[in-house]
This record gives sequence, structure tokens and C-alpha cells, in this order.
Amino acid sequence: MTGFLTLFFKELLRFWKVSFQTVVAPMVSTLLYLLIFYHILEERIEIYPGVAYTLFLIPGLVMMAVIQNAFANSSSSVIQSKISGNIVFILLSPLSYRAIFCAYVLASIVRGLLVGLGVYLVTLIFFEAPLQLPIWALLFVILGSAMLGALGLIAGIWSDKFDQLAAFQNFIILPLTFLSGVFYTVHSLPMGWQYLSHLNPFFYMIDGFRYGFLGVSDISPYISLLVVTLCLAVLSTLAIYMLKSGYKLRT
Amino acid sequence: MLPAIEVQQVRKCYGALCALTDIDLTIYSGEFFALLGPNGAGKTTLISIIAGLALADSGLVKVMGFDVIRQYQQSRRNLGVVPQELVYDPFFSVREILKIQSGYYGISDNDAWIDEILERLDLASKADANMRALSGGMKRRVLVAQALVHKPPVIILDEPTAGVDVELRQTLWAFIRQLNRDGHTIILTTHYLEEAETLCNRVAVLKAGKLIALDTTNNLVGKMTDGNVLRLKLDPDVVPPGLQALQISHAHGVAELRIENFEQVETIIAAMRAARIHIVEMQLQQPDLEDVFVHLLSNHRKDDA
Ligand SMILES: Nc1ncnc2c1ncn2[C@@H]1O[C@H](COP(=O)(O)OP(=O)(O)OP(=O)(O)O)[C@@H](O)[C@H]1O
Ligand SMILES: [Mg+2]
Repeated sequence: MTGFLTLFFKELLRFWKVSFQTVVAPMVSTLLYLLIFYHILEERIEIYPGVAYTLFLIPGLVMMAVIQNAFANSSSSVIQSKISGNIVFILLSPLSYRAIFCAYVLASIVRGLLVGLGVYLVTLIFFEAPLQLPIWALLFVILGSAMLGALGLIAGIWSDKFDQLAAFQNFIILPLTFLSGVFYTVHSLPMGWQYLSHLNPFFYMIDGFRYGFLGVSDISPYISLLVVTLCLAVLSTLAIYMLKSGYKLRT
Repeated sequence: MLPAIEVQQVRKCYGALCALTDIDLTIYSGEFFALLGPNGAGKTTLISIIAGLALADSGLVKVMGFDVIRQYQQSRRNLGVVPQELVYDPFFSVREILKIQSGYYGISDNDAWIDEILERLDLASKADANMRALSGGMKRRVLVAQALVHKPPVIILDEPTAGVDVELRQTLWAFIRQLNRDGHTIILTTHYLEEAETLCNRVAVLKAGKLIALDTTNNLVGKMTDGNVLRLKLDPDVVPPGLQALQISHAHGVAELRIENFEQVETIIAAMRAARIHIVEMQLQQPDLEDVFVHLLSNHRKDDA
């Protein structure tokens, strides 16, 4: 237990020591998105009856920040340790593979939560956006950041260089995020794209979180919960398997 | 004696290159053991396999009786490794690093021992410095400190003195010797053979992934019967015909004669006197580990051919 807690706290310290980059900067960039879209689109679109576009957009952007930062936390930590070589201290330690996994993912959840909360609090200065069902919202933030934390761990272990990690981010994380309905409801898409969107696990994270936020969503939150939980289970199994087999970690 | 490290039939290949072929080695509890060999011999690879940093293609490795794969948690708890590469985490200070390291081993209150290690390794004044702000030799001493935080019964040091200045090398070895006296098993690699000779009771020599020698330091050096060399400066600078058979070399005014035993010195002096050759200077060179090492490696080269 102490071993796990130590690694967890070390991972927290790691991003906290550079919190300007890891917490404040993402808050600012999310806020920029919000202000820009607000000025362009606020008057023109009403997605759900009685729900202004901004109100629809805020949960999407909060969740996007959560996703990106949870992924960034575990993936950048692992790749930095690998490249600088100090990952040996973890590999030499008697920490169990499950403990290593949990420590990285939990630190990702904390960073996701912090950034998400930060973004939300700042939007409250400009807009009125009360949380309708906080428990649901929290549930999706935690599951979503856990899922991305696990994915970040996988990406960090798989990548040998920063370029490869950047490719992972640009060709997988970013498209899945933008095509998940952060900025629009997938119901506004042509049928073919709607089907495709439903294959995107990120869609369920955003939609489920939006349900917690607005009390309305494209699909049932229970379905979203099921899909996100399943994805988390699959990614966690894969990440723990990679740690256990020593894939790209133990030569 | 209890085996601290057991290595059985270990093989490790990287593509066509085999870094280790069928290594069998047992190191006993309480030993001070040297693992020697030229660059690329496979020393670090063997250490990595013992530490679980690399996976053997085949074979079995145990640390204090625990299989390094199936009982990895117990085996790693019993092992402290100083890696050859200078690696560090730039986010933390020396003390933070050592506390984190203790935590990985489940030790939450380790301040007294950490202070002692810092003191013994002459790092106390740098305890709160960031790792980035340390010199290379200091970083290496932090690596040593990290390997010791959990007081492991078996300590492996992969070139711990590379880049460490003379004075600190002495301090470091005094500390490691103390740990050995307290019952810790020590395994080290070094390219300074006199270190291995003075510190270690037993030596293994690796070459191109094969174990080419494994014996006590005394036996290895003792077996070098042709290692005693008498160096002479003569006036006039000639070696009498009767002694030519013993001559190894004769250049720059120095003649080197091989002697099998010390009584031979008497014969040589007598022969010189008879030939009216004056001995200006005389020096007896005894074999050391370095000679053994050179001898082993060159013999092995002949075997390969
Ligand atoms: N990850 C790797 N991939 C490919 N080859 C490797 C790898 N690690 C080691 N080798 C090769 O295995 C051989 C043994 O290397 P090793 O690092 O064990 O040597 P060493 O005895 O520690 O040498 P040195 O005294 O230089 O530290 C070398 O030929 C090296 O090139
Ligand atoms: Mg080496």
C-alpha cells in the first residue's frame, strides 16, 4: 500500500510542481474556445429545446479538457521516465503491476478532475451554468479520466520517442475527441456519420457527462455508463498486461 | 553457505548477437564478488536480468532463493542495484528522491537511515539540492544511495566508481566494505582491476557473453606462475648468454627476465657478477589481477581462432 501511495503522490507532485503548464494553461485554452464559439454561434443554434448553445457547449469543453489532461498526465510521465531512463527506479522496485497501473491512472483522474473543475468554475464567472445531476457528472469525469489515464499509460509505454506519442495524440485522441460531439449533437449529422459516432467511445463519455450537466442527452446515460465502463475495463486489462509482460519496458 | 544469487543456463540474444550464452553462476551470501570483462562482455546484461530489467530468453535466475520472474516482488525487495547509466529524476531534490525510493519499498519512516547514507556518501550538504544541480560524480553517489535505502541483503553495483574522484572512491569503498562486514552480499563491476583485487574474494570474467573464469581472487593471481618478472638496469647493458633463455624483453636500457621462483634471483645475481655486469637497479614485479585478466582474454582469443 505504501509503495502504491508513494508512486501516486510522486505522480501528483510531478504535475503539481509545474501546475502552471498542467492545470492553468489548459483552463485558459478551454476558456478561449468557449468565448470564440460563444461569439460566433450563440445566437444561431439551439440544440435542445430551451438550452442555449453555450450551455450545451460548456459540458463538452469541460469534458474535453478532462480527457486531454488525463491522457497527457500518464502518457507524458511514462515517456519522460523512459527517455530520461529514470523509469528503472520503478522497474527495480517491488511495486506490483497493478499498483503501478493504479497510481498512474489515479494521478490522471486527479489532474482531469482539477482541470475540469477549474474550467467549470471559470465559466461560472461568465455564464450561468448550474450542474443538474452532479453525481452523474462526477461519475463520468472519473470514468472518462480513468479511461484516458489508462490509454495514456498504454501510449506512453508503446512510444519510443516523443514524436510517436504526438502522433498517437494527433491521430487518435484528437479526432476521437472532435468527432465525439463536443461542439455539436451527433443528431445533427447525416445518418452515416451518426452511426460512426456511435462507434466512438468518447461520444459516450461526453454524452453521459452532458446528461449529468444538463439533465438531457442524446442517448440514455445508462448505455453511456455501460460503454465507458467496458472500455475502461478493456484498456485497463491491456495496460496491466503490458506492464506485466514488460512490453517495451524490460528489454 | 546460502546462495544469494543463482544463475542457471541463462541465455540472452539480441537478434543474431548473443549478449549471454548459457551462463551458470552462483554467488553466496556474504561474498564480495567482482564481475569483470571488457566493454560489451555482457556484464550489464547479466545484472539487468538479475534485476528484472531485462528478460532472459531461457534459464533461471534467483535472488535469495526467489525466482526473479515468478516471485518478482520478493526478489526485488532483496536486491539493490546501482545502474551503470547516470539516470535521475530532474523533478526532485536528493532527499525527496531517497524518500520516494524508500516509499516504493514500503518504508515510510526512513529519515535516520537516509541521513546516515547521505553522511557516508558525503552528500549531506547536497541533500536539498535539485538532482539537476549535481555534478556527475555526485549523481552517481545518489544512485548508490538509492540502491541502499531499503538495506537490501544483496547489492549490485555496475561501475559505481566511474567518474568518482579518488578520495570519494576510498570513502565509497570503505562504506561498501562496512556493509559487506555487516552481512550484505556485494557484487560489483569495474574496469579498475586493482579495486576488484583488493576488495573482492571471488572474481568472474565474462567475455563475449561467456564465462571464461570463475575463481577466488587469490587462486587466479596465484595461478599466474609466469607472472613474476625481474626488471634490471645493467651496466654494461647486456644480458649474459646463460640468462638469455629467461629474457622477455630488452629495450630502453631495461631488461626483463621471467622467474618461476624467488631462489632464481640468487642465480641471476651470481651470473651477473661472474660476467662482471653491474646491477644498477632491480625491481621485482609480481602478477596482479590485471595480468591475469590480460592473460585470460588473450588466451581465450587464441581458443576462438
Ligand atoms: N538493448 C540492446 N539491444 C541490442 N543489443 C544490446 C542491448 N543491450 C546490450 N546489447 C549488446 O549486448 C552486448 C553486451 O552488452 P553489455 O551492456 O551487457 O556489456 P557490458 O559488459 O556491460 O559492457 P561495458 O563494460 O561497456 O559496460 C553488447 O554487444 C551490446 O551491444
Ligand atoms: Mg556495462
